[in-house]
Amino acid sequence: MFNIYITGVGGQGIGLLSEAIIRAADYAGLTVRGVDTHGLAQRGGIVVSFVRTGNVNSPMFMKGEADLAVSLERNEALRALRDYSKNKSSVIYYNTSWQPLYVRTGKNREVTCENIENYAKLKNIRVYNIFYDKLKDIRMQNIAVLAAIYKNKLIPDIKYDNYINALNDLLDEKKFVLNRELFDNVLNA
Amino acid sequence: MRKLGDILLNQKPFSEIVIGNTAIVRAMIESKTEVVTSYPGSPTPEIASAINTIPKEKRPFYFEFSVNEKVATEVAFGASINGHLSAVFFKSVGLNVAADSFVQLGLLELIGGMVIIIGDDPGANSSQNEQDNRHYAKMTYIPVFEPSDPQEAYEMYKEAAKISVKNKMPVILRLTTHVCHAKQKVNFKEYNELPLNEKSLFDVKNGPYIPITNSVFPMKKRALEKMKKMTEYSDKCNFNKTIKNNSEYGIITSGLTYLSLLDNLNNFKEKPDILKIGIINPIPQNIIKDFLKTHKEVKILEELDNIFELEIKSIAYDNKLNTKITGKTSVEEWMGEYTPEKVYEIFEKTWPSIMKDKIKYNDYIDIKVPERPAQMCPGCGHRSAFYAVKTALSDKDITVADIGCHTLGFLDPYNMGQVLLSMGHSTSTGAGLSVFNKDRNVVAFLGDSTFFHAGIPGIINAVYNKHKLTLVIMENGTTAMTGHQEHPGTGHNFNEVTDVIPVKDVLKGIGVKNIRETDAYSQEKLMSMIKESFEEEGFKVIIAKHPCMLKFTKKQRNEGTFKNSKVYIDKNICNKTYNCIEKFACPTFQKDSQGNVFVQKELCIGDGSCIQTCPVSAVKREVKEGEGNV
Repeated sequence: MFNIYITGVGGQGIGLLSEAIIRAADYAGLTVRGVDTHGLAQRGGIVVSFVRTGNVNSPMFMKGEADLAVSLERNEALRALRDYSKNKSSVIYYNTSWQPLYVRTGKNREVTCENIENYAKLKNIRVYNIFYDKLKDIRMQNIAVLAAIYKNKLIPDIKYDNYINALNDLLDEKKFVLNRELFDNVLNA
Repeated sequence: MRKLGDILLNQKPFSEIVIGNTAIVRAMIESKTEVVTSYPGSPTPEIASAINTIPKEKRPFYFEFSVNEKVATEVAFGASINGHLSAVFFKSVGLNVAADSFVQLGLLELIGGMVIIIGDDPGANSSQNEQDNRHYAKMTYIPVFEPSDPQEAYEMYKEAAKISVKNKMPVILRLTTHVCHAKQKVNFKEYNELPLNEKSLFDVKNGPYIPITNSVFPMKKRALEKMKKMTEYSDKCNFNKTIKNNSEYGIITSGLTYLSLLDNLNNFKEKPDILKIGIINPIPQNIIKDFLKTHKEVKILEELDNIFELEIKSIAYDNKLNTKITGKTSVEEWMGEYTPEKVYEIFEKTWPSIMKDKIKYNDYIDIKVPERPAQMCPGCGHRSAFYAVKTALSDKDITVADIGCHTLGFLDPYNMGQVLLSMGHSTSTGAGLSVFNKDRNVVAFLGDSTFFHAGIPGIINAVYNKHKLTLVIMENGTTAMTGHQEHPGTGHNFNEVTDVIPVKDVLKGIGVKNIRETDAYSQEKLMSMIKESFEEEGFKVIIAKHPCMLKFTKKQRNEGTFKNSKVYIDKNICNKTYNCIEKFACPTFQKDSQGNVFVQKELCIGDGSCIQTCPVSAVKREVKEGEGNV
């Protein structure tokens, strides 16, 4: 059993990232279940997707049960770590900040990379901070993170071809070529 | 790219990773469903998204988005009594809108069959309540199937359709949010394509179809007799499952809660037996009786209300069984989704003696993470409108919210919208607030899709009874909240181009004399319109129009016409008034650690609706080389 918690802010492409992982897991021969929480996601709220492989029943898992937390946004990375990450698990996040309202108004403090590093140490969690400055389109951050997940072998048993096949399922020809190129560039970076 | 539309029409059996909503579309196809209708509402609109992947000319059934759930139900009903298997789907509270017609269905001979797909929302993920629609099924003598996952959603739709056709009665498929959206590999059966059945079989001989006074009773009797037959079926239904662990403890459950329970089995020192009910109205009497008989103690693990509990306790009473039955023990058990976590917490309280101590992978370590309230998108016309309307109001004035993206206006910093009931309520609630109210202005908000859905009667009432209030119609040209579906004001229906039914013309037609219209980005104009309207008697409408920018820019991106222009803050001018952040509050404007405002370029779409909000004109549009300053 392997539990993946994927999060970010509505509009960041969490759905595609999650579906790519689900399909890649399936190509790898794993039994997989998942669920996205929609709600008010489209309006800049928090988006969450659960993905589970192995012998599981519910598509959701309990707090503190994630083997891997993936966040496309820095503030949400800390929330994921706090609420869902297991001790000695991993977190990977894309280092961008979409400041929540009360951070902008000054009532709350923005989460820093240091906050994440320090908190992760308390739970013995490995942190992967991703930022890729050569993106052709910011909407490809999700695929940069997917490539980094593969590069760092963060999900057991899923191979290169599995990820590429998953992307090929989900993207039209033009987008697939661009995203595959990005995937390879991140691997070789 | 895998083409879902082609996959769904595959004639051979196949497996595919899909969400529950998509699995149902394949079930509709395999079951030869001929007419499908809906009004968009979470968690079910992805059923329509999946239908939309099949080109209209290849689609083996007719589909429409109707103007509301009642209309959708009636269209599906009409098709069924004309001999066509039909289906209608909508969200939990949609059933309230449909109810007036829906409650009649069980009384009538639905010769084609009809499946009603309801997306209940335990946890109120995207609804104004978490109503348990099993109550409606009891009230109307309609059988209900409840799946746990996408595979069962597919199989149960097919069974529901079969039962419905066979018994000429409506059947409900009750989904919950995370069954609709759960994703897994589903195994589908073959599909034998047949030409569309274009026969009209309506015949009063199949009726009676007019329930008036005495004719109601034979119809009601028939409905009750059909349900009696269903009680026998319920005991034989393959969707009931028993898991035996040879325990004295037993649990009766259903739906997604069943999966939450299975994932918790390792947290029991002694694993209990489980009875999972697949057909939840009428429940399988004999299976339950036997389960009760063979257990010392039984917990009814039931999300939302205590419907099984009461029925199961009555089975125990009638059969003189003295099994200890535990239903809900606290208010908490009536609320929220039964996630694996919630199920653990319930058993920790119910049966502490047979539960293991919670296996904590980590002791929770608290740290403050900023809350993230949902917000309107960059460029949203609603933001511009709320900003302007707020400026025109005094603190004592009253604002009435309605349902749509603009509901979010109630949040900081706009606080526009102080009360919300249901789709289209705002004009009438506002009218009530204006009675015995001399010195507080009342402003109601309403979206365009909701205008057509349920907004019009309230407006007619306000005109007819001369209520004094201002209605702001936030017209964004789409049904945005549920994923940008068309509506009667857009010029497209689900299938084709159609005549636009302009909101303004409808208003005129129903007698609204005082109508103003402006682009929602014209803040000064909107502000003065609001103020002027307060000086006038009677009912006033202001249409604040701007296309949904999420939909609009998506279209531009697809067509390659999107200009990726941005705004920026001129640091030499910015005097840190923070109007852009604190009052206008487009998420694009962020603050660095020194308190300087900057534009988060990943978010800015360059709409420029913010420029006018800066008192010192420090928000400027980037000028790219070769472009003039526009």
